[in-house]
Amino acid sequence: MNRQPSNEISLEAIIAGDRAEFARLVDEYSSPIYRLGLRMLGNPQDAEDVLQNTFLNALTHIQNFEGRSSLATWLYRIAANEALMLLRKKKPEVNIEEMEGEEDAEDLHPARFVDWSALPEDELLSDEGKKALDDAIQQLPESLRLVFLLRDVEGLSIKETAEALNLTETNVKTRLLRARLALREQLSAYYSERLPARSEK
Amino acid sequence: MTEHTHTTCEELLDSLSAYIDGALAPELCRELEKHLAECNNCRVVLNTTKRTIDLVQTPLEKPDLPEDVRERLFKRLNLDDYLTRKSK
Ligand SMILES: [Zn+2]
Repeated sequence: MNRQPSNEISLEAIIAGDRAEFARLVDEYSSPIYRLGLRMLGNPQDAEDVLQNTFLNALTHIQNFEGRSSLATWLYRIAANEALMLLRKKKPEVNIEEMEGEEDAEDLHPARFVDWSALPEDELLSDEGKKALDDAIQQLPESLRLVFLLRDVEGLSIKETAEALNLTETNVKTRLLRARLALREQLSAYYSERLPARSEK
Repeated sequence: MTEHTHTTCEELLDSLSAYIDGALAPELCRELEKHLAECNNCRVVLNTTKRTIDLVQTPLEKPDLPEDVRERLFKRLNLDDYLTRKSK
């Protein structure tokens, strides 16, 4: 994880009923969990449900937390399950276990080779650029999006992502590569229309 | 172990994630870099993939919890007493 709480949250204190310590836990992880809900469900109401249910659930089950994964990973696991449950309720056709287009590796192959990577950040993250990025993330199939969000946005390791989603590390790696390449392709399509024509060498 | 020394575009793609994440053995990195030096398309794929990952990690893409959402969360969890304690 890219950020360590300034002083470690005490699991023992939370289990013993220390409300202030639980509040610290909530403040530490509510932003990433809300973001995850927002990106998985696509609207603030559902994201808020995911957020509230995650911490209600965590509070109920924290006695059973075995410490085999970190507290953060355990929370992400609950949050991912809440998000998936809500997603299934809303879109029963979503199949998160199944690899989308597993057998045809064609979609893995990059098709656009425009190098937009040197564009300045204020252009890439302008309102328009940000929207293109957000739309591209939103278009990822759910099974890839969840892996991508945990690993690349929230900074979990491959191992932590696998633990949080109950996937093998190999499976996480495969999905991650697919997600990254799919996003890259989308953004390349977007920027290829915007880059000034340059002499291709 | 295979004998071939020429990395193909295919192989580069397979190792792309691990390479970006710095999870590849130095030996394999050198192989890939040899290919990258000669293959413009793979260079572009690498650069733009890296950039894509950088972009999603910028603070703009990681907004904090809106204050009203936090308030409702704390109330739902019976943590009303701790609402003002946010360390910022
Ligand atoms: Zn190549």
